[in-house]
Amino acid sequence: MGRLSLGSWLYLAAIVGVAGGIMLIAPISTADTKWWACYAVLALLFLICDSTPTPLAARQSAWSPSSAATLAAVVLLHGGIGAAMVGAAAVLTMRRQVLFYERLFNGAMYAVAGYAAGVAYLAVSGQPHPFMPDLLRVTEINSSHGLPPTMFEALLWPFAVAALAHVLVNHGLLWGMLLLDRRSAAATRRGDSPAALPLLLAYDIGFAGLGLVIAALWPVMQYFAATIVLVPLYVARWAMGQFAEQQRAHSATLAALCQAVETKDFYTRGHSDRVSRGAGMIARQIKMPPSRIEAVRFAGMLHDVGKLGVPTKVLQKEGALTEEEYAAIQLHPMRGLEIVGEIGFLNEALTGIMHHHERMDGRGYPMGFAGDEIPQFAKIIAVADAFDSMTSTRSYRVARRNDEAVAELRKSAGSQFDPKIVEAFISALDREGWKGQELAQPREYEILTSQDHDDPISPLRVVESR
Amino acid sequence: MATTARYRDGDVGVRPAAQRWQALQSVDTARLLLLGGTAILVAICVARLVGIGQSSQAAIAFGLFIAFGELLRLSLPGGREAAPIAMTAALALAMALTVAPVHHPHAHPESVLPISATQVVAVAALGMALGALPHIAAGRPGGATGMSARLAAVALVAFIFRPLASTIWMPGRWYVAFCVMAVLATMAWLLETVIIAVIRAEDLRARYSVTLADELRVQWRLGLAVGISAIITVFGATVMGLDELAVFAGPLFVIQLAFRRYAGIRATYLQTVRALAQVTEVAGYVDSGHSRRVSKIALAVGRELGMSEPDLLKLEYAALMHDIGQLSLVDPIPAGATVDVDLAKTRRIAEFGAEVISQTGVLDEVAAIVRFQWLPYRGNAVKPPLGSRIIRVVNAFDDQVAGSPDRDRIAAAIAGIRARTDRDYDPAVVAALAIVTSRLPLSRL
Repeated sequence: MGRLSLGSWLYLAAIVGVAGGIMLIAPISTADTKWWACYAVLALLFLICDSTPTPLAARQSAWSPSSAATLAAVVLLHGGIGAAMVGAAAVLTMRRQVLFYERLFNGAMYAVAGYAAGVAYLAVSGQPHPFMPDLLRVTEINSSHGLPPTMFEALLWPFAVAALAHVLVNHGLLWGMLLLDRRSAAATRRGDSPAALPLLLAYDIGFAGLGLVIAALWPVMQYFAATIVLVPLYVARWAMGQFAEQQRAHSATLAALCQAVETKDFYTRGHSDRVSRGAGMIARQIKMPPSRIEAVRFAGMLHDVGKLGVPTKVLQKEGALTEEEYAAIQLHPMRGLEIVGEIGFLNEALTGIMHHHERMDGRGYPMGFAGDEIPQFAKIIAVADAFDSMTSTRSYRVARRNDEAVAELRKSAGSQFDPKIVEAFISALDREGWKGQELAQPREYEILTSQDHDDPISPLRVVESR
Repeated sequence: MATTARYRDGDVGVRPAAQRWQALQSVDTARLLLLGGTAILVAICVARLVGIGQSSQAAIAFGLFIAFGELLRLSLPGGREAAPIAMTAALALAMALTVAPVHHPHAHPESVLPISATQVVAVAALGMALGALPHIAAGRPGGATGMSARLAAVALVAFIFRPLASTIWMPGRWYVAFCVMAVLATMAWLLETVIIAVIRAEDLRARYSVTLADELRVQWRLGLAVGISAIITVFGATVMGLDELAVFAGPLFVIQLAFRRYAGIRATYLQTVRALAQVTEVAGYVDSGHSRRVSKIALAVGRELGMSEPDLLKLEYAALMHDIGQLSLVDPIPAGATVDVDLAKTRRIAEFGAEVISQTGVLDEVAAIVRFQWLPYRGNAVKPPLGSRIIRVVNAFDDQVAGSPDRDRIAAAIAGIRARTDRDYDPAVVAALAIVTSRLPLSRL
């Protein structure tokens, strides 16, 4: 229980207090059995949705269309209090591994959001509204005594406003909690990945209409209205789940194949993984948008794929290289591009792979770009790449300490590296630390290279052919 | 897969005349029948649109919705195309009951929407055509085949349901209409699926039974969602009128978005594996284009042997990555031809490759195929999986032919492989390879 900070506890208590206050003050003025039966069905629908959320791509985050039940309650149960009670059902969620205070938070949050939606709905529709239908009591819609013709029209705008209010309050309260306690498990429903936020909003707003559809179906098929909408919901859930599964499989495959590429060289084992992590650290530090952070991590992962195109004997050679051999090494960014160039989703990551050996002073390769001609991704990877190379053991030297490598980065800032990126990396390093190389026994097929093209301290030696 | 599995819609864009003629000749019988039949049906139905009068507002709203759905056509894994939103709207129109009046206080909500079956078909056809126009303008396939299959399904429902509509819609007995709709929506889905399966079987040169099973497996969830959504739309419209379309568009759109993202990541996954499978080529371990050729031929052979789509996908991944284990060799094998190397070495390559693949944690069956690709067909305690046997044969074939279109060379290679079916190779796989290679130039596989 002590996992929440004091601020989070106060926040939680405040929301629970508001939710409790709503329940106490707002009177449930009805002893109507139809009202209670409808409430029970909608609360059950809410619970079913909430108990079987869709896993989203980001770990620990999931989404469920449960708000459709709350919004249906706004229409069918006359505004706020019914919706608040449906939302409060989240306390009973059947998801496992939900801690007590998480249940409390979710229940209170949905209750407040439901009440807000109800208040907005009644405010816009101007209750008591002449066209306000009592949908619970209309059963024979197709008789000539059915609903007054313009009746449902009158519900559209109030409902849209209610849906918007629900989304805003729900996300607002949740983000408040996230800000107070970044690692709070209470937020697992919406997860800690801001990348998913626009998508979640799209899902929430898109599915809001379902609430009104349930309300409209109610006069025709009563309780069955809540059952029938579960079918499309579950098909959508299946597709979302498949997406998450395939995305995980995709990243796992990408990582495994990169690792396979590294197996050729004992000393660089784990290098691409670490460069990927380092590039991610820098990107977060300079506050890149989440999609670009993702992309720069892929670029870091794949930056040396092209080294496969360099003949093994060149990689293994001790002593100075001939110009031809040096040219073969300089070719590896282009070779990498050749391999991964067809992978459509990489886009900007490709620039990072191709230019990660450019230097600020223009003496790098393959294009000899200088300064701001160098794509940002490439600058980031260059720093992470050099740092990992210096802090790893090579056959010709042992690993440098982190502070030595940092000093070396600072020395080369401006000539080789972009000073801004170097500083960003150093700040990120202070904050997050660095998990470096772990040397294991070389395997039989691993070659022991004697030079490292990434190492800024001992650059490759090239003999003049003349 | 991308070139083989996509519908060849008889729509040929800007290709030169000779090629266009060739493309026309290659239009299969089933597709020709389908397109011709649809064209005649549509012509008759459009003529009946005159006199739609009272229902014109509903017809226009549904027609536009169908067009919108056709515009948002969905690509599904395996080169399929679907238009779930268009299909939902078209089925809902075919099964429409009362539509609560909007802005017309004096209309009679108690009577069922007066629209005939032919008019439904005409509205659906015009809507689909309208929605297809932007696709054609953007140079994408027009999708005439898919639209015809959808239209046939809509016509089936419309011709059965429209005459019944006013009899089965009784006060307080919504479930009567519901059951009839559920049966009809299922029939519509089956009809569409069978048509598409027949055409896919011709396109892919696979067995009807296999493509039908594949199609049912891939489409049932989306079909279920479309059918139920259409029924929801119909009943919702009895209360909300045409506003129902606008309100329900949001949820439909989100469902479609979920499928689109799923199809997208599937395609990305395949693209990544295809690209990274080239590492062995760039490293000089194997001949350039080898893994891609092996995967194409292996797919065709697998289809010939009646493999289902999920198995074919695993086969494709395995074929693309079958040489990844060569990364464990310090020196590339000359020309990468594993066929001439001793068994112990091929075994080590295969096992290392399988180890790499199983590290993904999600491709265990693919790893198994790669692991046993070195295993001779006979003389083992375990029988290698079918995928391994196919890759073993196709790999040997491509090592000798290397993509050459030379008929004599192909025949010699197959004869050589066939001579070793007593021990090394599966005769059934070799027979399938012979059929596949005799068909058309290998580049068109």
